Amino acid sequence: MHFMITDYILEIAYLAASVTFVLGLKLMANPKTARKGNLIAAAGMCVAVAGTVFLYDDHHGHTSRESVKLILIALAIVIGTVIGWVTAKKVKMTAMPELVSLFNGMGGACAALIGLMEFHHNTGNISAVMTILAGMIIGSVSFAGSIIAFMKLNGTMSKPVRLPSYNLINNIFLLALFADAAWMIYSGTSSSLMLYLLFAAALLYGVLFVIPIGGADMPVVISLLNSFTGLAAAFGGFLYHNQVMLTGGILVGSAGTLLTIVMCKAMNRSLSNVIFGAFGEGSAKAAGGAAAAKGSTKDIGATDVAVLMNYSKKVVLVPGYGLAVAQAQHVIHELEMLLEERGVEVKYAIHPVAGRMPGHMNVLLAEANVDYGKLVEMDEINPEFENTDVVLIVGANDVVNPAAKSNPASPIYGMPILEVDKAKNIIMNKRSMSAGYAGIDNDLFYNPKTSMFFGDAKKALTDLVSELKTL
Amino acid sequence: MDQIITFIGENMQMIYILVLSVFVGIEVIGHVPSVLHTPLMSGANAIHGVVIVGAIIVMLNCEPDNYLSLSLGFVAVVLGTLNVVGGFVVTDRMLEMFKKK
Repeated sequence: MHFMITDYILEIAYLAASVTFVLGLKLMANPKTARKGNLIAAAGMCVAVAGTVFLYDDHHGHTSRESVKLILIALAIVIGTVIGWVTAKKVKMTAMPELVSLFNGMGGACAALIGLMEFHHNTGNISAVMTILAGMIIGSVSFAGSIIAFMKLNGTMSKPVRLPSYNLINNIFLLALFADAAWMIYSGTSSSLMLYLLFAAALLYGVLFVIPIGGADMPVVISLLNSFTGLAAAFGGFLYHNQVMLTGGILVGSAGTLLTIVMCKAMNRSLSNVIFGAFGEGSAKAAGGAAAAKGSTKDIGATDVAVLMNYSKKVVLVPGYGLAVAQAQHVIHELEMLLEERGVEVKYAIHPVAGRMPGHMNVLLAEANVDYGKLVEMDEINPEFENTDVVLIVGANDVVNPAAKSNPASPIYGMPILEVDKAKNIIMNKRSMSAGYAGIDNDLFYNPKTSMFFGDAKKALTDLVSELKTL
Repeated sequence: MDQIITFIGENMQMIYILVLSVFVGIEVIGHVPSVLHTPLMSGANAIHGVVIVGAIIVMLNCEPDNYLSLSLGFVAVVLGTLNVVGGFVVTDRMLEMFKKK
């Protein structure tokens, strides 16, 4: 094998791309430079792709650039670009998490297909087959899991599906999957049947892995599957001795794992608790416990809320996913500006897992031009509730549920919450008395300081704004 | 067993890169404010789209008359591109909203 000048150019291109990935992630850690970071990483990706198309050579005589291949590659890139670009531009901000999941699944499928195609070129070479099968299995699990996560988030499949003793079944299935792969590696088989069986089994495992997990935990699952796909890409890097696939894949693998853990921490749960879930069993118990605590609630109308707020010194708004679903982020901004004009101090309290992903609520409010400085994170706002006259909770529920602090039987016990019950008045906007996303009752409704302001978030806030204007 | 040892020997450089990248990945996002978690996840998602490089290599290495491989490779490149382009564009859209007014 002798190297040519093009090989060195390609190596440098890959190095440059790897640097842009690291730099991009680094810049994305600061709101001021985040956008630049993303663009830098994107530019690096273009360099890596273009370099591969024009300069790659395996030096074993396999690589060739007939025009039919180049045209097909170009066509595939154009099709992918157009579809990806248009979907990403058109999607609603509330649907962002499921789109990320879908794109993640595409990457996983790509890794799985590479494994399917490379298997036959490498039979007999134990180490190559090992990396190929590992990449294929992880890619397939990531693909199938992401599709299930996508369906759960967009509501196609809202209830967790649990087979009896699903944890046992899943783990036995996973062991069988590994055993099968190990047998294929050591026997040196070239059987297509075995390969496709393994592929199908990995897809099935992806489904089994995600399907018992509740919708509220999907962000954690997506983040985990994200790092899986990174790992699958890294195995591809091993197979081709390709450094950019390796660095890119591993960077995402490790950063994604860290992010997953951070997200679990925000909910005060361990990763194994999310995946093997004591969540389902716990909620039945807590529902029973909460039912006993039920008392009476009191209702309030838009006029009274308007008066209460108008004569307050300090109002804190607690937005939840319900606000986003009702597309009420613009109205809440209008409310905020109106109150500020009247000399009321207004802040937004942002729980780390408000919305469907950490930071999702910030993205949604930023879309409505809410000033970045008004979004206050949980640890900073909690001590302020004591001096707050009115808290308005819009479409949030579990993140303000006092059971997280007081009821050890509750499935969300231990999750840090926004301590809104310290405020002087609590206004809870909800469409109905139904439980939150986690499916548990909320004692806050029966707190004497709480008034229920029923109605669709957008309609209720619009009424509130027009009432305020008349004052 | 021998093959495993040979594999490690041949790939020592790659293993170095792997181990160091793990630490870089952890370091680099260690201090991200939670506000940026969603865009960061989305940006990382776009970066693992680098798997498209593998799909392109598969296509460049396959015989031009192997239609099965060509079409599978074609699908893989489309999927990889979706991951890359969709990922970066959606991240840009999220981050665009954080700009100072």
